Amino acid sequence: MDIYLLEAIINGLLLGGVLALLALGLNLIFGVIDVVWIAYADIVMCGMYVIYFLYAQYGVPLPLACLIAIIVVAAFGVLVHLLIIAPVLNSPPLNQLLATGGLLFFLQSFATLLFGTEFRNIGVRLPILEIATIYISFARLVAFALGLVGAVTLYFFLKRTYIGTAIRAIAQDRDIVGLMGVDQRRIYLVTSAIGGALAGLAACLLALQYDVHPFIGNTFGPVIFMICVLGGLGNMIGGFIASFIISQIIAIGGYYSNTELAYVLAFALFIVLMFVRPRGLFTR
Amino acid sequence: MSATRVFALIGLAILIALPAVTPAYFLHLLIQILLWSFIYTAWALMGRFGFVSFGHGAFMGVGAYVPALLWSYYDVTPWIGIPLGVFLSALLALVIGYPCFRLRVVGHYFALVTLALSQVVLLSLTAARDITGGSLGFTPKAAGHSWYALQFPEKSYFYAIALLLWLIGLYVWQRIDRGINREALEAISEDEDAAAALGINVLREKLRVTIISASLTALGGAIYGQYFMYLNPDTVSGIAVSLQIVFAVIAGGVYSLMGPTVGSLLTLSLTEALRVWFGTSFIGAANTIYGILLILCIIFMPQGIVGAFKRVRLRREAPKAVPAE
Repeated sequence: MDIYLLEAIINGLLLGGVLALLALGLNLIFGVIDVVWIAYADIVMCGMYVIYFLYAQYGVPLPLACLIAIIVVAAFGVLVHLLIIAPVLNSPPLNQLLATGGLLFFLQSFATLLFGTEFRNIGVRLPILEIATIYISFARLVAFALGLVGAVTLYFFLKRTYIGTAIRAIAQDRDIVGLMGVDQRRIYLVTSAIGGALAGLAACLLALQYDVHPFIGNTFGPVIFMICVLGGLGNMIGGFIASFIISQIIAIGGYYSNTELAYVLAFALFIVLMFVRPRGLFTR
Repeated sequence: MSATRVFALIGLAILIALPAVTPAYFLHLLIQILLWSFIYTAWALMGRFGFVSFGHGAFMGVGAYVPALLWSYYDVTPWIGIPLGVFLSALLALVIGYPCFRLRVVGHYFALVTLALSQVVLLSLTAARDITGGSLGFTPKAAGHSWYALQFPEKSYFYAIALLLWLIGLYVWQRIDRGINREALEAISEDEDAAAALGINVLREKLRVTIISASLTALGGAIYGQYFMYLNPDTVSGIAVSLQIVFAVIAGGVYSLMGPTVGSLLTLSLTEALRVWFGTSFIGAANTIYGILLILCIIFMPQGIVGAFKRVRLRREAPKAVPAE
């Protein structure tokens, strides 16, 4: 096999780890609150700015900066829920989509207003590993590993804790859960916080690899949606698998032509799959 | 009703007389407002029935790039290029719309499919950078004052064209609003199964309004390109443009004839005013306020500004109207 193709496949796999994390967060929120946060990737952008300013501007140690970023973004998730989602909770799904779309507009332009449009790099240079003449970015490897750790942690949280069980129950039937004595509003807040924390973790991992700018959300946002819908909105395992499928299409497509056409391929495939399997790839 | 008509005629007369007295800068603004109003009205043709498309950036992009590329590379006059672009957009709407409506891809699933379509067109235009100039943009070949090339350095010509387009958009809206299809479309937006049971051809009705909407959007995109003489994938296609269209219409009001126009007037004036007041150092200020307004609009008045005013007026007139009948 062509060594560069193998490199592309490995890089695709590593990209898939971060995408999976984001898809998990979005799916969790959709499954539980039944609202699509179209601005999810832009919340990640906020987290990346937090890390940039803490680490590159004020010299806070990187792990601490990441921890603060995760907490800040989690709090931001709660705020978004209280201010924007809660008032439109009973509106038609489209209005909810549009409300979070307004948030997307706001976050992108407010970031432009505050920080300008220049690309900012946190300036961490992690080594490039060479394994049997294949070059692998260490930053991507770390991102992949931490992405998986995040996913597994979330899995055990949902399976083993009371709140996790309540979250899974509410995703199945929100009316009955209320009758069982679960406070739905509290679960919604916890879910938004976890969704935010996952976005914050993704921000830490992405900040190692990409420059921050106000429109970075547009790079990942649409792809994450494709992934979630492909996996079946709300289906976390489906989303997890779909992120690796999409990242492979992007990586291998990028190897044979260029990145834009690889994304065109991914989006076109998404459209076709929506017609063939409208409820996602993995519906029973 | 007749009072409304008189007001409409007076308004139209003022609009026609405006270029004679308006400085070039305001004329430039008015042309933009009219062009976007036309595109927004075209989107609202579908949007008002709950078919929310995030794919209009794709239609606009195709409509804008096809005539510009044909003119610049093959000397094909826009008089042929524009209909061709409109036709291709309609075809694209058919190719996406038919399976969507056939397979019942509705609501936010439809929104996401059309969102993907926007991205496909945007990224294709960017990827074909040898021809389109990619994200650096594309400047069509200039020909001075020419009817053949549909290029006019004087703004008054484009003002007339934009005004005409806008009126066409309003006319199409009225036709659909008053036609029998409107009842059918409203029934479909309420409940597709019930509509089908009543004997409504759901697929045909939805496809028709989608193709009309996409074609008009492409036409608007084409004239936009002819006027600005500069195309950029990010300003005429893709998710950003699609969102801009959707939100301006929602802000103005999707259920009323003048709603999209009010949306266009409001958003463009706001952008322009903030740009003039704060200068370029405050880049993003307009959209920040705009974003907040959108969220507030959707939370507090989902009917849009025009819709909200109408409701207030109706409430006030309601006690009078009842004894009159």
